[in-house]
Amino acid sequence: MRILIIEDDREAADYLVKALREAGHNPEHADNGEDGLELARSNQWDVLVVDRMLPRRDGLSVIETLRASGNETPVLILSALSQVDDRVTGLRAGGDDYLSKPYAFSELLARVEVLGRRKATTQVETKLQVGDLVLDRLAHKVTREGKEIVLQPREFRLLEYLMKHAGQVVTRTMLLENVWDYHFDPQTNVIDVHISRLRSKIDKGFEYALLHTIRGAGYSIRDGSH
Amino acid sequence: MTALTRILSTTAFKLAVIYLASFTALSVFLFLFISKNTDDLMNRQVVQTIDAEIQGLAEQYAQNGINGLIVGVERRVRSPNANLYLIVDYAGNVITGNISYLPEKVLGESDGSIQFVSYTPMGIRSEDVDSRSAMVRIFELPGNFKFLVGRDLQDQLHLKSLLGDALSLWLAGMVVLAGITWFFVNRRILKRIDNLSMSSRQIMEGDLAGRLDVTGNNDEFDRLATNLNIMLDRIEGLMHGLKEVSDNIAHDLKTPLTRMRGRVEAALRHDMSQEEAQACLEETLVETDELINTFNALLRIARVEAGSTGVDLGPVDLKAIVSDVCELYEPVAEDEGITLSMDLEEAAEVAGDRELLAQATVNLIENAIKYGRPKNAETAPNIRVALKQVHDEIILSVEDNGSGIPEEDRERVCNRFVRLDSARHAPGSGLGLSLIKAVVTLHNGKLRLCSRMSADDSENTKTSGLRAEIVLPISAGIPGEGEGTAKWNKAHKTSTNT
Repeated sequence: MRILIIEDDREAADYLVKALREAGHNPEHADNGEDGLELARSNQWDVLVVDRMLPRRDGLSVIETLRASGNETPVLILSALSQVDDRVTGLRAGGDDYLSKPYAFSELLARVEVLGRRKATTQVETKLQVGDLVLDRLAHKVTREGKEIVLQPREFRLLEYLMKHAGQVVTRTMLLENVWDYHFDPQTNVIDVHISRLRSKIDKGFEYALLHTIRGAGYSIRDGSH
Repeated sequence: MTALTRILSTTAFKLAVIYLASFTALSVFLFLFISKNTDDLMNRQVVQTIDAEIQGLAEQYAQNGINGLIVGVERRVRSPNANLYLIVDYAGNVITGNISYLPEKVLGESDGSIQFVSYTPMGIRSEDVDSRSAMVRIFELPGNFKFLVGRDLQDQLHLKSLLGDALSLWLAGMVVLAGITWFFVNRRILKRIDNLSMSSRQIMEGDLAGRLDVTGNNDEFDRLATNLNIMLDRIEGLMHGLKEVSDNIAHDLKTPLTRMRGRVEAALRHDMSQEEAQACLEETLVETDELINTFNALLRIARVEAGSTGVDLGPVDLKAIVSDVCELYEPVAEDEGITLSMDLEEAAEVAGDRELLAQATVNLIENAIKYGRPKNAETAPNIRVALKQVHDEIILSVEDNGSGIPEEDRERVCNRFVRLDSARHAPGSGLGLSLIKAVVTLHNGKLRLCSRMSADDSENTKTSGLRAEIVLPISAGIPGEGEGTAKWNKAHKTSTNT
């Protein structure tokens, strides 16, 4: 994916560029708001990663300007300001996701990839499928190998989110935000327990596992049998 | 600044001057208005009287000529309170009338128009030798006679002087009133403002423990003093919080930082295998993450305690939040062998922040899971979450059947980084309760820690276990009096009638 990083901290930016390149993406970098805005406007990007505090034009202003001119490129906001109201301000300015510093690279990568793929599916699919696991959104039914699997409502939503981002890494924070709509930091491994319950329902007893743990990052549902 | 200049610059003095000036202006206007209108009215009446007389006398003149006129005048002059008459011949000799002296030139203008003249009356009252004022009409009759009809303006002038006296008296009275106003306003009212001002100064320069006096008559000044006291409570709280945060940062964050540093330094000193180095780096990473979490939690607490701007207290459904959190933690509890039961009643909405309230609920439940295990390994651990509305308060309670918190520790545990010895084994930063307390305070609520009430009478149920309650008011109230004010009032036994 073509990713533009607008970040004024040299070291952080270099690290990001290197890591994203290693992950197989095509990153570019601007170190202030004005240049960043210019680059964002004049090229096609899959995702923008914008730091809030920038010289010459701050991050939120860059985003607002882009949105005002009709640019809908997904934006991930990075910021040391991590309180809920900062998040709200950032999203209101036109950002699509918000990540507070310091962050784990795996978290950023997962979110960037999810944001980048968002454009691809414009129509709402009524059926999601990974391998032989099928989730019917309308009928609220889940089957694997043709056999029905009974899930609680929350488990259903959890599986739905994973399958919507099939093949992508989904972090625990992303799950908490999107499936439970909360933004706090749990101390216990609360998400892991829900995942292992889900796993025992959709993977146990079947030929191969679809729900994978990605060490240091999160989870991913994918058909790895091929 | 001399004493005089100081007095002149006070609001009391300015107020008094303003009152005096405006009332003077109004009074003068009023008096002039009355005076003029009365004057005009009386003048009109005099003119009417004169004209009526002229009418009558004209008829006499028409019938009987000058002699008839003279007879008419002579008859009228004899009645009491008579008008003024004068008939003179061409040479100026008086033929009849009741005027003894008149300025010469007056008779010259004899066109019949109204004139104001001073005259001397014919001596009925000998003591009144001063000239008086009159309104007259003078006609020239055939034969070069001059005929004057008029009326004395004595009454009018008397009234005018009466009004003048009244005005002077009134103005004098007003100066006195202004003086009293100045005295009253200065002494009682502005002095109170000055006192409040000086007391605030003293408190700010001192140790912020003092509070302003509230006299208890619930007037504007009392309200001002009460609200200023609440502000002082806040300031004291903020300063205290700030000190605590910096103390905590100094101690509790430097310790893991030192540890990390030591580890990295040791690793640099030794030759390590690839695996050892990897393990070391991973451990360092884990500790860094923990530090970051602690930092974030501290920041969040500090901002919530400061009543941070941007926290949106909109209406939230507490039942939905608690239900979500319980559902989130139910599997965790089950894995730990703990039964999590819910007893949530329908409750009114509270004014609150959804995220913060969720975080507080999470902390309560996490605490119960981590520390709420019964000592006796055979007793099944259970956690009971309840939500109830009692009048205009909503009570969220989380009960466990663990060892509880000893009464003497209950206040201390809400401070940052305090962990009871019985809890040191579990992972955590010791910030859970302090965040709950900060959130609860922000919502004008209360955090209560008490012993679990045993509902059932099965064997071995002493009341052990912790019951943690969050009590929230339904309506967002204005913050009430804080600790500082309560302490001060108690020490100074000031009564506050609210």
